Amino acid sequence: MSEKVGGRLSLGFRPAQVVFLALLAVVAIGAIVGGGEFLTLETVVGIQQRSAALGIVAVGQTLAILAGSLDLSVAVLISLTSLVAAEIMQTGDVAGGIAAALAVSAVVGLVNGVVITKLKVHAFIATLGMTLVIKGVLDHLYDGPAGRVPDSFQHLGYDRIGPIPVSAMLWACVALACWFVLTRTRMGYQVYAVGGDVEVARLSGVRTDRVVIVTHVLCSLCAGIAGLLLASRLGAGAPTVGTDGGYDLESIAAVVLGGTALAGGKGGVGGTVGGVLLLAVLDSLFNLLEVDSFFKDVVRGVVIVAAVVIYVRRRKS
Amino acid sequence: MSTIDVSLEVAVLSMRRIGKSFLGVRVLSDVDLDAQAGEVHAVVGENGAGKSTLMKILAGVHAPDSGTISIAGSPVTFRHPLDAQRAGVAIIYQELTLLPERSVAENVFLGREPLRRGLVDRAAMERETSRLLLELGESSFGARDLVGRLSVAQQQVVEIVKALSVDARIIVMDEPTASLAEHEVELLYDLVRRLRERGVAILYISHRMREIFDLSQQVTVLKDGVRVATRATAEVTQGELVSLMVGRELSHYYPPRAGPEETGEVLLSIRGCGNAKLRDIDLELRAGEITGVAGLQGSGRTELAKAVFGAEPFTHGEMTPLRPRSVREAIAAGIGLVTEDRKAEGLALRQSVGDNALLVARAVRRGAAARVRELLDRVRLAPPDPDREVRYLSGGNQQKVVLAKWMTVSPKVLIFDEPTRGVDVGAKAAIHELVRELAREGMAVLMISSELPELIGMSDRILVLREGRLVGELPAGSSEEAIMHLAAAEEAA
Repeated sequence: MSEKVGGRLSLGFRPAQVVFLALLAVVAIGAIVGGGEFLTLETVVGIQQRSAALGIVAVGQTLAILAGSLDLSVAVLISLTSLVAAEIMQTGDVAGGIAAALAVSAVVGLVNGVVITKLKVHAFIATLGMTLVIKGVLDHLYDGPAGRVPDSFQHLGYDRIGPIPVSAMLWACVALACWFVLTRTRMGYQVYAVGGDVEVARLSGVRTDRVVIVTHVLCSLCAGIAGLLLASRLGAGAPTVGTDGGYDLESIAAVVLGGTALAGGKGGVGGTVGGVLLLAVLDSLFNLLEVDSFFKDVVRGVVIVAAVVIYVRRRKS
Repeated sequence: MSTIDVSLEVAVLSMRRIGKSFLGVRVLSDVDLDAQAGEVHAVVGENGAGKSTLMKILAGVHAPDSGTISIAGSPVTFRHPLDAQRAGVAIIYQELTLLPERSVAENVFLGREPLRRGLVDRAAMERETSRLLLELGESSFGARDLVGRLSVAQQQVVEIVKALSVDARIIVMDEPTASLAEHEVELLYDLVRRLRERGVAILYISHRMREIFDLSQQVTVLKDGVRVATRATAEVTQGELVSLMVGRELSHYYPPRAGPEETGEVLLSIRGCGNAKLRDIDLELRAGEITGVAGLQGSGRTELAKAVFGAEPFTHGEMTPLRPRSVREAIAAGIGLVTEDRKAEGLALRQSVGDNALLVARAVRRGAAARVRELLDRVRLAPPDPDREVRYLSGGNQQKVVLAKWMTVSPKVLIFDEPTRGVDVGAKAAIHELVRELAREGMAVLMISSELPELIGMSDRILVLREGRLVGELPAGSSEEAIMHLAAAEEAA
């Protein structure tokens, strides 16, 4: 019993470190295979821009998953908020468009959270139901892109400061805020507790329902921010922009790839950022090598499953 | 450092006429319970007597239907566990309530992390945790260690630190020794004494008579949701206590042993078997005989059971009729195992009694569904309802379902690993009776138990394990001292 327990952890890398090592490895491979072509300003900016929207959604998804929940409705919510924002911004009211998009997101998150905690519906079903409801509304009201965002708002999607796009900075801010909440606030500690074991958290005096509801509101807000970003890039809202991008399953995949346990209670935002970047860099490498898109999916699938296998084995040892 | 004046006798806690029903079933009626500072008050009763419900009411998990709770003289109402925590009540549950993936300090301050300028103050959290660990004389682990890496005993210390960190004046301990090894029990005793010195009132729930008499000053007996008696522990005998709990004198705890004429042929023979955890195992199990196995925690008790059952098989040596390489092979050869942890390994908790009873029969396509009802009657399941979900049964009834599960395939050899852990006195006697009955019908029984009285009472002979080897055999009715002597002896230098 006198054996010191702390020492064993330092051996071997934690999942978040594994994913960044893999990221470095892929970048190195890209640099070797593609030579100068891979590490151009253009590709680096491209990677950042492509991952920004997924990254923001995945950060929110991290919160939901850490709390032991899950959100499948992020993709349709992105479509919905892009339309809400674009329709209002058409009238020239940019601030109003942003506020409305975020308000809609918050309400969707609140409903998700309440259905999951108070009505005790499993998160998978609750958010799947929400997906169908929103999809039905969108299909009824729209059959194509609608609304228009003013040029001033498009800066968000296209501008960059030096080599860093504004969208990537937005992603970084969201990720930092989320990391801060998870590691520095009571709320964050309680997210881990609820995801680790709801009953333990409850018996320790944590208001578990509230924690889950808040994580769903935050997760939906992230989806709303991603919707705003995509509206800015498209110049309009689109009823399928979220689902076409596969943001629901892809964000979950990125979170898991980043080492967060799908059952909750373990992991963090750092890993998720790494997971999103890894997927984007792989993508960019495949583009460079002109790999067939079906084969791309095969590799991505293998990478995600292999990552989880590595994490599970690491835990057992 | 004792701050209490015994003559004051302030009732820190006073519960009056507590009543509670679940779905129309009355679980508690008019129960009174008091606790004094610096005193251990044992709460005993069979499973289903209402102990856990009473404690959960005290902890704010359930709200009482009637009655009042006062703490240090002023009435309180708990709507949430947090309310109870704030009022100075801490409860240490039987299943530890810690997060394995978080550090000791994070667990101790879970739900009330100290803040500094609105943010969690990690340093303060770790400092305070270290201080409390030091106060309890615990130096084998630190505030930053991951709880999942600690032993069960160490985790219990974490629970106690958690209780002290909220300045708990009342600590409820629910079967604290259930998962501790013998030497760890001593540490717990020590801890309880330190808590008493600090003036904490301790409500101590246990099935184990020895602990009640070693530790408590007062004892309250619950039976069927009613308080039967509260006595000074010094003024009551073990026999009286047991009869208060079950409402009758248990004339003899254990069924009569097998006579020589009842012991039959060798059904299982093991010669020189071993694996990573066990060495040179020689063992013969005979029809009609109960062979007991004793050993300290870590001596390889459970490993032996799992090896014979093919779950963690022997890697070398001879075994007849065969050396199983898998559980399926063992079952096919007529070997069954009633595991130590029935919730994790013995039962599918969300399935019905009937489905559980048929688990093995279905897996090996043997045995008959028609017999289930008959078997449930035979194991004296009360009520013998095959449709109930197993998780709603008491520990004793669950164990009976595990027994029924094996009886469907009529094994020749049945291994019991801690057959009555977490089972109340009445059900215990019924299970003992059943085990003996099975032996009398020609089954060979291997019984592993850390409860020496049970082992001595049941076994026709007792084998002792030490460091993965069988180091001796003792005849029926040997003394606890003889067993401990063999089990704990130092290796000859």
